[in-house]
Order: sequence, then structure tokens, then C-alpha cells
Amino acid sequence: MTIALTPTQTVGPYFSLGMMPEGSNVLAQSNTEGEHIRIEGNIFDSDGDPLFNVLLEIWQANAHGRYNHPLDQRSLPLDPTFSGFGRTSTDANGYYWFQTIKPGPVPYQEDRMQAPHIVVLVHASGIAHPLITRIYFADDSRNEADPILQGVPPNRRSTMFAKRQERDGETVYRFDIVLRGESEELVLEGKIVDEATDDAVRGTGKAETVFLALR
Amino acid sequence: MNIEAQSGKPTQGHYPYEAWENVTRNEPHLSSIDEPLTLSELTSPFKAIDPVRPEESDLTTNAGTGGEAIGQRVIITGRVLDENGEPIPGVLIEIWQANAAGRYNHELDSWRGPLDPNFVGRGRCMSNEQGVYRFLTVRPGGYPWKDETNEWRPAHIHLSVMGPSIVSRMVTQLYFPGDPLFSMDTIFQAIPEADRERVVCQYDHDLTEPGWAMGFRFDIVLRGTQATPFETDSDHNGGHK
Repeated sequence: MTIALTPTQTVGPYFSLGMMPEGSNVLAQSNTEGEHIRIEGNIFDSDGDPLFNVLLEIWQANAHGRYNHPLDQRSLPLDPTFSGFGRTSTDANGYYWFQTIKPGPVPYQEDRMQAPHIVVLVHASGIAHPLITRIYFADDSRNEADPILQGVPPNRRSTMFAKRQERDGETVYRFDIVLRGESEELVLEGKIVDEATDDAVRGTGKAETVFLALR
Repeated sequence: MNIEAQSGKPTQGHYPYEAWENVTRNEPHLSSIDEPLTLSELTSPFKAIDPVRPEESDLTTNAGTGGEAIGQRVIITGRVLDENGEPIPGVLIEIWQANAAGRYNHELDSWRGPLDPNFVGRGRCMSNEQGVYRFLTVRPGGYPWKDETNEWRPAHIHLSVMGPSIVSRMVTQLYFPGDPLFSMDTIFQAIPEADRERVVCQYDHDLTEPGWAMGFRFDIVLRGTQATPFETDSDHNGGHK
């Protein structure tokens, strides 16, 4: 016998009043172990326009692949300078950023590992529940064997890849999020993800981010 | 916190909910991808958050001005439970709300309701070993969000709940019993009728403190991480198309 869950409702436009401590988008201190990276991007609405005032939360393992959580009892080091949790909200350009480190790989089942990834929760005004996705690192060869990515249709996977660039000596991964993008047919036909076929793109030309339903 | 001028005419376009029709169409329309729970979703930041100070749960004084917020003092308390009814300790609950006049102390809210210099409208607390949490605040006012159709939102308190797993991460709003605005509220009406009572707190005279504050009970039930049949895509709690 189970009891009914509390219904979820939208975060609304005033969440920063209750949920936005200063500086919470800086996860990594100067002495935090691991490859220091900046993750940045824009969030887009159904017209392909940037969306202001969207709350983002990220959750990740440290550089050793260890989560700062009592369930993770593996004999990997915790990093006292790194909680793994970040929060921010988008500005008028739909832009957000986090300063963090690239996480280590974490286990899937038995001996099988997952590729390094960051869990993302998107809380947007008007949407009654958080949208969950993952940031993978486009240049990481471990993505090919990742069990979660393998469950995503190949033509939609690229929406979960953050693309690496170097800027002023800093490693920046770009990760845009499209809450509601083009039709599945258009995406599956590869007309959006293939930038070479510009003329085939209709509408906003933005592929909808893959969101995950946790089972 | 930005405390703005306390009077003046409402500014055109300064009700953020005016954009409601625009934001609701941002709901994703492609199929979500089923994902089995891994360590990444069975964990959460709930132990990675800075400790909460006791005074943070008293919204009537936590503005730190030395003064007290104006309005009817209310105690909001209850238990955080999983779907088996087991209490969940150590859960961070963050709340935010309008003041007694229905005005948020937030730069996006500029309707003609007065601000209260002694009320910020934010609070935090953590559930104890019995899963119990408790806030002291003032009862929020309802507020208008669409002048052309004279629409008002019922009095409510926003809650962000950080459970022990990503699966149990939950954001919602709590209402007060018998609010006459329920029938016209888009957000309240979006909840399936049978479930609406679960977002309305209940007056509990045993919680009412003599000569001090009225008590309301609101239990919070979070999804656990055991493999349970997932609700349908049309449900309101966690699933999405």
C-alpha cells in the first residue's frame, strides 16, 4: 500500500527569492581536483528565442567519479572543496554558466561504467515539473559505450553533448537547451542536426533537447 | 534584497504571469527517453548543502531588521514521507511567498500591493529524524496577475524540496483551505481534481499556539527510489511526454 505523491507545480517567476544563494554557479574552488571547465549555454523557447529566468540545477560526481552522497560508499576519495551541486538562472539572453570540474565516470551496473556526465534539472515557469537531461562531453570517447546514450535515438544524442572550445586559456563546454524544438520527424531525418542541410530546416531549426523520464 | 517604492500605479507588463500562454507552450513535445535509475539519479545534493540555521525558518523575523512582519502569524508544519509512509530525514525545504498584501519582494513583481520592510518572504529548514519540518510565517495574500480578465491567484506558498535522490526532487505550491480563488486559478486547476487536496494545507487546532499563531498541517510525499510502477505520461508528478 502506497500513499499518493504530492502533486508538483511550476516554479513560477519568483524562485530566486527562495532558491538562489549568491555564487552557487561556481562549484569548483581553485584547489578543487580535476580538469577545471566552464559550462555555458542558452535556453531556447518554442519560437527559438532565448528564455529568461529559467532555473537550472546541476549534480555531478567529483573528478574521481565519487558522489558526495551517503549512498556512494565506494573507496574513492571525496574532495572536501567540491559539493557537486550547482544552481543558476538564465539572464535576459537565456544565458547561463557554471564553473566546475569535469566529473569522473560513475558505475552503471556491475562492472559496466557510464561515460562522464552531469545531471541537469531545468525548472521553467509554466512547466509543472523539472525537466531532466544530462550533459555529456562531446570529445569523450567513452560516450560510445554509455548505456544511457545508447537508449537515445542516434539522431537526438547530439542534444546531450557539450562541445568543447578553448577561450582565453580556459576550457569552455557549450551546452544549449531547447525546451520545445522541432518535430521528431525533422530531427530523426537528420535535417536539423546536420548543419550542412540548411535548406531543409524549417521553423526554428533547433532540435529539442532530449529529456529523460526516470523509471 | 531589493525593496522598491511601496506605492504607485501598476506598470504595464509587470505581472510575470501575463506571459502564461507563452510559457506553457514551451513544454517539450517529443517523447522523453526512459532511463533506468543509476547512481546519478539515486543520489542528490541533499547532503551537499550548507547547514540551515534555525532562524531561517522564521519568516516573521528573518528579514533581520529587528522588526516583525505584518500579517497573521501561521505555523506551517508536517512530515516529509516517501510513498510507503516512511519519514525522510535531512530533506531541505526552501519556501518563498508573497507578503500579507500579496506582494513579492522581487524585482519582477511590481503590482500595487505594498511591500513590508520587515518581510523578505524566503525561508529554509530541514526535516528532522522523524521527517518533521516547521516554518513560522505570515499568511500570504492573494494577488492579481491579469488585469484585463481580473484574474487573481489564490494565496499560496512555493516549496522546493530536495529529497535524498534526483528522483525525489520536487517543487510545488501550498494553498490554504477554502480559498474562493481556486476555481479560477490556472495553476491549481491544472492539477487533477482528485489530487488537489494534496496541495491544500489543513487547519489543525492542536498546532495552534495560544495567543500566538494559527497552525496548519501539510505533509509532503516524495517519490522513493524503489522500483515502483511509474505513473502514466499524463500524470502530474515527474512524468512528461
